[in-house]
Amino acid sequence: MKRLMYLAPLAVFLVIAGYFAVGLKLNPRDLPSVLIDQKVESFALKPIKGYDRGFSSEDLKGQVSLVNFWGSWCVACLAEHPMLMKIAEQKLVPLYGIDWREKDPDAGPQWLKRRGDPYTLIGDDPESKAAIAFGVYGAPESFIVDQRGTIRYKHTGVIDEGNWASTLWPLIQELRKQ
Amino acid sequence: MKTLLTIILLTVSSFSALAVEPSEILSDPALEARAREVSKGLRCVVCQNQSIDESNADLARDMRVLVRERISAGDSNAQVVEYMVSRYGDYVLLDPPFKASTYVLWLSPFLFIGLALAAAMGIYRRREASPVGGEKAQELSVEEQRRIQALLDEDGGGGS
Repeated sequence: MKRLMYLAPLAVFLVIAGYFAVGLKLNPRDLPSVLIDQKVESFALKPIKGYDRGFSSEDLKGQVSLVNFWGSWCVACLAEHPMLMKIAEQKLVPLYGIDWREKDPDAGPQWLKRRGDPYTLIGDDPESKAAIAFGVYGAPESFIVDQRGTIRYKHTGVIDEGNWASTLWPLIQELRKQ
Repeated sequence: MKTLLTIILLTVSSFSALAVEPSEILSDPALEARAREVSKGLRCVVCQNQSIDESNADLARDMRVLVRERISAGDSNAQVVEYMVSRYGDYVLLDPPFKASTYVLWLSPFLFIGLALAAAMGIYRRREASPVGGEKAQELSVEEQRRIQALLDEDGGGGS
Protein backbone atom coordinates (compact mmCIF):
# COMPACT_ATOMS: atom_id res chain seq x y z
CA MET A 1 0.00 0.00 0.00
CA LYS A 2 2.73 2.41 1.06
CA ARG A 3 4.72 1.51 -2.03
CA LEU A 4 1.72 2.32 -4.24
CA MET A 5 1.42 5.74 -2.62
CA TYR A 6 4.86 6.63 -3.96
CA LEU A 7 3.49 6.07 -7.46
CA ALA A 8 0.66 8.56 -6.92
CA PRO A 9 2.59 11.64 -8.15
CA LEU A 10 3.63 9.72 -11.25
CA ALA A 11 0.01 8.72 -11.85
CA VAL A 12 -1.17 12.33 -11.47
CA PHE A 13 1.55 13.45 -13.85
CA LEU A 14 0.54 10.86 -16.44
CA VAL A 15 -3.11 11.91 -16.27
CA ILE A 16 -2.23 15.58 -16.74
CA ALA A 17 0.26 14.74 -19.49
CA GLY A 18 -2.49 12.74 -21.18
CA TYR A 19 -4.83 15.72 -21.19
CA PHE A 20 -2.08 17.96 -22.56
CA ALA A 21 -1.22 15.44 -25.26
CA VAL A 22 -4.83 15.41 -26.44
CA GLY A 23 -5.18 19.18 -25.99
CA LEU A 24 -2.15 19.88 -28.15
CA LYS A 25 -3.60 17.91 -31.01
CA LEU A 26 -6.98 19.62 -30.94
CA ASN A 27 -7.38 22.52 -33.31
CA PRO A 28 -8.54 25.48 -31.22
CA ARG A 29 -10.20 26.94 -34.31
CA ASP A 30 -12.21 23.84 -34.98
CA LEU A 31 -15.25 24.76 -32.94
CA PRO A 32 -18.63 23.15 -33.34
CA SER A 33 -21.08 25.50 -34.98
CA VAL A 34 -24.19 26.31 -32.99
CA LEU A 35 -25.92 27.06 -36.28
CA ILE A 36 -26.27 23.47 -37.43
CA ASP A 37 -29.97 22.83 -38.15
CA GLN A 38 -30.72 26.54 -37.82
CA LYS A 39 -32.20 28.66 -40.58
CA VAL A 40 -29.82 30.95 -42.41
CA GLU A 41 -30.30 34.53 -41.25
CA SER A 42 -31.71 36.50 -44.16
CA PHE A 43 -29.12 38.61 -45.91
CA ALA A 44 -28.72 40.44 -49.20
CA LEU A 45 -25.16 41.07 -50.30
CA LYS A 46 -24.15 43.45 -53.05
CA PRO A 47 -22.27 42.19 -56.08
CA ILE A 48 -18.50 42.47 -56.10
CA LYS A 49 -17.02 45.00 -58.49
CA GLY A 50 -17.72 44.24 -62.14
CA TYR A 51 -20.48 41.73 -61.41
CA ASP A 52 -24.19 42.36 -62.04
CA ARG A 53 -25.76 40.22 -59.39
CA GLY A 54 -25.08 39.90 -55.71
CA PHE A 55 -26.08 37.00 -53.51
CA SER A 56 -28.93 36.85 -51.03
CA SER A 57 -30.46 34.25 -48.75
CA GLU A 58 -33.38 33.98 -51.22
CA ASP A 59 -31.01 32.40 -53.76
CA LEU A 60 -30.58 29.40 -51.46
CA LYS A 61 -34.23 28.34 -51.52
CA GLY A 62 -35.32 25.10 -53.16
CA GLN A 63 -31.98 23.38 -53.61
CA VAL A 64 -29.07 21.98 -51.67
CA SER A 65 -26.22 24.48 -51.94
CA LEU A 66 -22.67 24.99 -50.89
CA VAL A 67 -21.77 28.43 -49.50
CA ASN A 68 -18.07 29.23 -49.42
CA PHE A 69 -16.44 32.11 -47.52
CA TRP A 70 -13.21 33.23 -49.14
CA GLY A 71 -11.09 36.29 -49.74
CA SER A 72 -8.22 37.32 -51.97
CA TRP A 73 -6.14 37.78 -48.77
CA CYS A 74 -6.73 34.18 -47.73
CA VAL A 75 -3.81 31.91 -48.51
CA ALA A 76 -5.63 28.67 -47.77
CA CYS A 77 -8.35 29.69 -50.25
CA LEU A 78 -5.69 29.52 -52.92
CA ALA A 79 -5.09 25.89 -52.04
CA GLU A 80 -8.81 25.21 -52.06
CA HIS A 81 -9.52 26.93 -55.35
CA PRO A 82 -8.71 24.07 -57.79
CA MET A 83 -11.11 21.78 -55.93
CA LEU A 84 -13.87 24.39 -56.13
CA MET A 85 -13.22 24.75 -59.88
CA LYS A 86 -13.60 21.03 -60.25
CA ILE A 87 -16.90 21.03 -58.34
CA ALA A 88 -18.14 23.87 -60.55
CA GLU A 89 -17.00 22.29 -63.82
CA GLN A 90 -18.73 19.04 -63.01
CA LYS A 91 -21.81 21.01 -61.90
CA LEU A 92 -22.06 18.90 -58.76
CA VAL A 93 -23.76 21.50 -56.59
CA PRO A 94 -24.64 25.21 -56.82
CA LEU A 95 -21.61 26.89 -55.30
CA TYR A 96 -22.10 30.34 -53.81
CA GLY A 97 -19.20 32.55 -52.83
CA ILE A 98 -19.04 35.21 -50.18
CA ASP A 99 -16.09 37.50 -50.76
CA TRP A 100 -15.23 38.27 -47.18
CA ARG A 101 -13.50 41.39 -45.91
CA GLU A 102 -11.88 42.67 -49.06
CA LYS A 103 -10.06 45.92 -48.28
CA ASP A 104 -9.64 46.72 -51.95
CA PRO A 105 -12.85 46.26 -54.00
CA ASP A 106 -10.76 45.24 -57.03
CA ALA A 107 -8.86 42.50 -55.19
CA GLY A 108 -11.62 39.87 -55.21
CA PRO A 109 -12.62 40.22 -58.87
CA GLN A 110 -8.96 40.24 -59.96
CA TRP A 111 -8.23 37.12 -57.96
CA LEU A 112 -11.10 35.35 -59.75
CA LYS A 113 -10.07 36.69 -63.15
CA ARG A 114 -6.59 35.25 -62.79
CA ARG A 115 -7.59 31.87 -61.44
CA GLY A 116 -11.12 31.27 -62.67
CA ASP A 117 -14.49 31.84 -61.09
CA PRO A 118 -16.18 28.72 -59.71
CA TYR A 119 -19.13 30.52 -58.18
CA THR A 120 -22.76 30.60 -59.33
CA LEU A 121 -23.24 33.89 -57.50
CA ILE A 122 -20.96 36.00 -55.36
CA GLY A 123 -21.83 38.43 -52.59
CA ASP A 124 -19.55 41.12 -51.24
CA ASP A 125 -19.13 41.11 -47.46
CA PRO A 126 -16.64 43.86 -46.62
CA GLU A 127 -17.86 44.32 -43.05
CA SER A 128 -18.42 40.71 -42.02
CA LYS A 129 -22.22 41.07 -41.90
CA ALA A 130 -22.80 37.69 -43.51
CA ALA A 131 -19.70 36.22 -41.87
CA ILE A 132 -21.03 36.98 -38.39
CA ALA A 133 -24.52 35.79 -39.40
CA PHE A 134 -22.94 32.43 -40.32
CA GLY A 135 -20.71 32.42 -37.24
CA VAL A 136 -17.57 32.37 -39.37
CA TYR A 137 -14.17 32.42 -37.65
CA GLY A 138 -11.82 32.35 -40.60
CA ALA A 139 -11.55 31.58 -44.28
CA PRO A 140 -12.07 29.28 -45.95
CA GLU A 141 -15.23 28.03 -44.30
CA SER A 142 -18.05 26.34 -46.17
CA PHE A 143 -21.64 25.55 -45.31
CA ILE A 144 -24.05 23.04 -46.76
CA VAL A 145 -27.52 24.58 -46.80
CA ASP A 146 -30.56 22.45 -47.59
CA GLN A 147 -33.67 23.17 -49.70
CA ARG A 148 -35.44 24.94 -46.84
CA GLY A 149 -32.54 27.28 -46.15
CA THR A 150 -31.34 25.38 -43.10
CA ILE A 151 -27.63 25.08 -42.38
CA ARG A 152 -26.84 21.36 -42.26
CA TYR A 153 -23.07 21.22 -42.13
CA LYS A 154 -20.10 23.48 -41.53
CA HIS A 155 -16.71 22.68 -42.98
CA THR A 156 -13.78 24.57 -41.47
CA GLY A 157 -10.73 24.86 -43.69
CA VAL A 158 -9.85 23.73 -47.17
CA ILE A 159 -12.18 21.46 -49.15
CA ASP A 160 -10.03 18.80 -50.81
CA GLU A 161 -10.59 15.53 -52.67
CA GLY A 162 -10.47 13.63 -49.39
CA ASN A 163 -13.09 15.42 -47.30
CA TRP A 164 -15.22 16.08 -50.38
CA ALA A 165 -15.44 12.38 -51.16
CA SER A 166 -15.77 11.21 -47.59
CA THR A 167 -18.11 13.81 -46.07
CA LEU A 168 -19.39 16.70 -48.15
CA TRP A 169 -20.50 14.97 -51.34
CA PRO A 170 -22.27 12.05 -49.59
CA LEU A 171 -24.12 14.53 -47.35
CA ILE A 172 -25.21 16.66 -50.32
CA GLN A 173 -26.55 13.58 -52.09
CA GLU A 174 -28.38 12.44 -48.99
CA LEU A 175 -29.95 15.85 -48.42
CA ARG A 176 -31.19 15.90 -52.01
CA LYS A 177 -33.33 12.83 -51.30
CA GLN A 178 -35.19 14.62 -48.53
CA MET B 1 11.43 60.89 -11.76
CA LYS B 2 8.42 62.69 -13.15
CA THR B 3 9.41 61.78 -16.69
CA LEU B 4 9.79 58.16 -15.70
CA LEU B 5 6.37 58.16 -14.07
CA THR B 6 4.83 59.73 -17.17
CA ILE B 7 6.45 57.11 -19.39
CA ILE B 8 5.22 54.29 -17.17
CA LEU B 9 1.70 55.71 -17.01
CA LEU B 10 1.55 56.22 -20.76
CA THR B 11 2.81 52.72 -21.44
CA VAL B 12 0.36 51.10 -19.06
CA SER B 13 -2.64 53.14 -20.14
CA SER B 14 -2.03 52.62 -23.83
CA PHE B 15 -2.63 48.87 -23.70
CA SER B 16 -6.37 48.71 -23.24
CA ALA B 17 -7.74 51.71 -25.03
CA LEU B 18 -6.31 51.41 -28.51
CA ALA B 19 -8.53 48.92 -30.29
CA VAL B 20 -11.67 51.04 -30.63
CA GLU B 21 -11.07 53.41 -33.51
CA PRO B 22 -12.39 56.99 -33.40
CA SER B 23 -14.63 56.36 -36.42
CA GLU B 24 -16.41 53.55 -34.59
CA ILE B 25 -17.38 55.56 -31.53
CA LEU B 26 -21.05 56.46 -31.22
CA SER B 27 -21.94 60.12 -30.78
CA ASP B 28 -24.26 59.37 -27.87
CA PRO B 29 -21.96 58.77 -24.86
CA ALA B 30 -24.57 56.68 -23.01
CA LEU B 31 -24.96 54.28 -25.96
CA GLU B 32 -21.19 54.21 -26.44
CA ALA B 33 -20.71 53.29 -22.78
CA ARG B 34 -23.16 50.41 -23.19
CA ALA B 35 -21.39 49.29 -26.35
CA ARG B 36 -18.07 49.27 -24.50
CA GLU B 37 -19.58 47.24 -21.69
CA VAL B 38 -21.04 44.65 -24.08
CA SER B 39 -17.79 44.53 -26.09
CA LYS B 40 -15.74 43.80 -22.99
CA GLY B 41 -17.71 40.63 -22.38
CA LEU B 42 -17.48 39.32 -25.94
CA ARG B 43 -14.55 37.24 -27.07
CA CYS B 44 -12.67 38.09 -30.22
CA VAL B 45 -13.24 34.68 -31.76
CA VAL B 46 -10.07 34.72 -33.83
CA CYS B 47 -7.74 35.66 -30.97
CA GLN B 48 -8.94 33.24 -28.32
CA ASN B 49 -8.36 35.27 -25.18
CA GLN B 50 -9.05 38.91 -25.88
CA SER B 51 -12.32 40.73 -25.82
CA ILE B 52 -13.45 42.44 -29.00
CA ASP B 53 -13.00 45.70 -27.12
CA GLU B 54 -9.26 45.08 -26.83
CA SER B 55 -8.53 43.34 -30.09
CA ASN B 56 -7.23 44.88 -33.28
CA ALA B 57 -8.33 41.92 -35.38
CA ASP B 58 -10.50 42.76 -38.39
CA LEU B 59 -13.30 40.47 -37.30
CA ALA B 60 -13.25 42.02 -33.80
CA ARG B 61 -13.64 45.43 -35.38
CA ASP B 62 -16.61 44.26 -37.41
CA MET B 63 -18.16 42.73 -34.31
CA ARG B 64 -17.69 46.01 -32.42
CA VAL B 65 -19.41 47.87 -35.24
CA LEU B 66 -22.26 45.37 -35.24
CA VAL B 67 -22.66 45.72 -31.46
CA ARG B 68 -22.92 49.49 -31.90
CA GLU B 69 -25.39 49.17 -34.78
CA ARG B 70 -27.64 46.93 -32.75
CA ILE B 71 -27.49 49.12 -29.66
CA SER B 72 -28.27 52.18 -31.78
CA ALA B 73 -31.20 50.30 -33.30
CA GLY B 74 -32.67 49.85 -29.82
CA ASP B 75 -31.47 46.39 -28.75
CA SER B 76 -30.84 45.87 -25.05
CA ASN B 77 -27.38 44.75 -23.94
CA ALA B 78 -28.75 41.27 -23.30
CA GLN B 79 -30.26 41.08 -26.80
CA VAL B 80 -26.94 41.99 -28.40
CA VAL B 81 -25.11 39.35 -26.37
CA GLU B 82 -27.83 36.83 -27.21
CA TYR B 83 -27.41 37.52 -30.92
CA MET B 84 -23.68 36.87 -30.73
CA VAL B 85 -24.20 33.70 -28.69
CA SER B 86 -26.77 32.46 -31.23
CA ARG B 87 -24.07 32.80 -33.91
CA TYR B 88 -20.89 31.75 -32.12
CA GLY B 89 -22.14 29.80 -29.10
CA ASP B 90 -21.08 30.29 -25.49
CA TYR B 91 -17.50 30.44 -26.74
CA VAL B 92 -18.05 34.09 -27.61
CA LEU B 93 -18.62 34.91 -23.93
CA LEU B 94 -15.46 35.60 -21.95
CA ASP B 95 -17.33 34.63 -18.81
CA PRO B 96 -18.89 31.22 -19.48
CA PRO B 97 -22.42 30.73 -18.10
CA PHE B 98 -23.22 28.22 -15.35
CA LYS B 99 -25.17 25.43 -17.02
CA ALA B 100 -25.15 21.68 -17.55
CA SER B 101 -22.31 21.68 -20.07
CA THR B 102 -20.11 23.87 -17.89
CA TYR B 103 -20.70 22.24 -14.50
CA VAL B 104 -17.32 20.51 -14.71
CA LEU B 105 -15.61 23.82 -15.43
CA TRP B 106 -17.21 25.67 -12.53
CA LEU B 107 -17.44 22.92 -9.94
CA SER B 108 -14.15 21.04 -10.37
CA PRO B 109 -12.15 23.57 -8.28
CA PHE B 110 -14.46 22.89 -5.34
CA LEU B 111 -14.18 19.17 -5.94
CA PHE B 112 -10.39 19.42 -5.83
CA ILE B 113 -10.42 21.56 -2.69
CA GLY B 114 -12.70 18.97 -1.10
CA LEU B 115 -10.37 16.14 -2.12
CA ALA B 116 -7.33 18.01 -0.80
CA LEU B 117 -9.06 18.72 2.53
CA ALA B 118 -10.13 15.09 2.84
CA ALA B 119 -6.58 13.93 2.15
CA ALA B 120 -5.16 16.40 4.69
CA MET B 121 -7.67 15.27 7.32
CA GLY B 122 -6.79 11.64 6.65
CA ILE B 123 -3.08 12.29 7.09
CA TYR B 124 -3.68 14.31 10.26
CA ARG B 125 -5.89 11.63 11.78
CA ARG B 126 -3.39 8.91 11.03
CA ARG B 127 -0.60 10.91 12.68
CA GLU B 128 -2.68 11.39 15.78
CA ALA B 129 -3.46 7.71 16.02
CA SER B 130 0.11 6.57 15.43
CA PRO B 131 2.33 5.68 18.43
CA VAL B 132 4.94 8.29 17.51
CA GLY B 133 4.10 11.85 18.59
CA GLY B 134 0.71 13.39 19.15
CA GLU B 135 -1.12 13.77 22.42
CA LYS B 136 -2.45 10.27 22.32
CA ALA B 137 1.02 8.71 22.49
CA GLN B 138 0.85 5.73 24.76
CA GLU B 139 2.46 5.69 28.19
CA LEU B 140 5.38 3.30 28.41
CA SER B 141 4.80 0.13 30.30
CA VAL B 142 6.87 -0.68 33.39
CA GLU B 143 8.85 -3.23 31.45
CA GLU B 144 9.68 -0.67 28.72
CA GLN B 145 10.75 1.90 31.35
CA ARG B 146 13.09 -0.62 32.87
CA ARG B 147 14.67 -1.47 29.51
CA ILE B 148 15.23 2.18 28.66
CA GLN B 149 16.83 2.76 32.04
CA ALA B 150 19.07 -0.24 31.48
CA LEU B 151 20.18 1.07 28.06
CA LEU B 152 20.84 4.55 29.46
CA ASP B 153 22.82 3.12 32.34
CA GLU B 154 24.84 0.94 30.02
CA ASP B 155 25.68 3.94 27.83
CA GLY B 156 26.61 6.17 30.78
CA GLY B 157 28.71 3.39 32.42
CA GLY B 158 30.75 2.63 29.24
CA GLY B 159 32.00 6.20 29.03
CA SER B 160 32.71 7.95 25.76
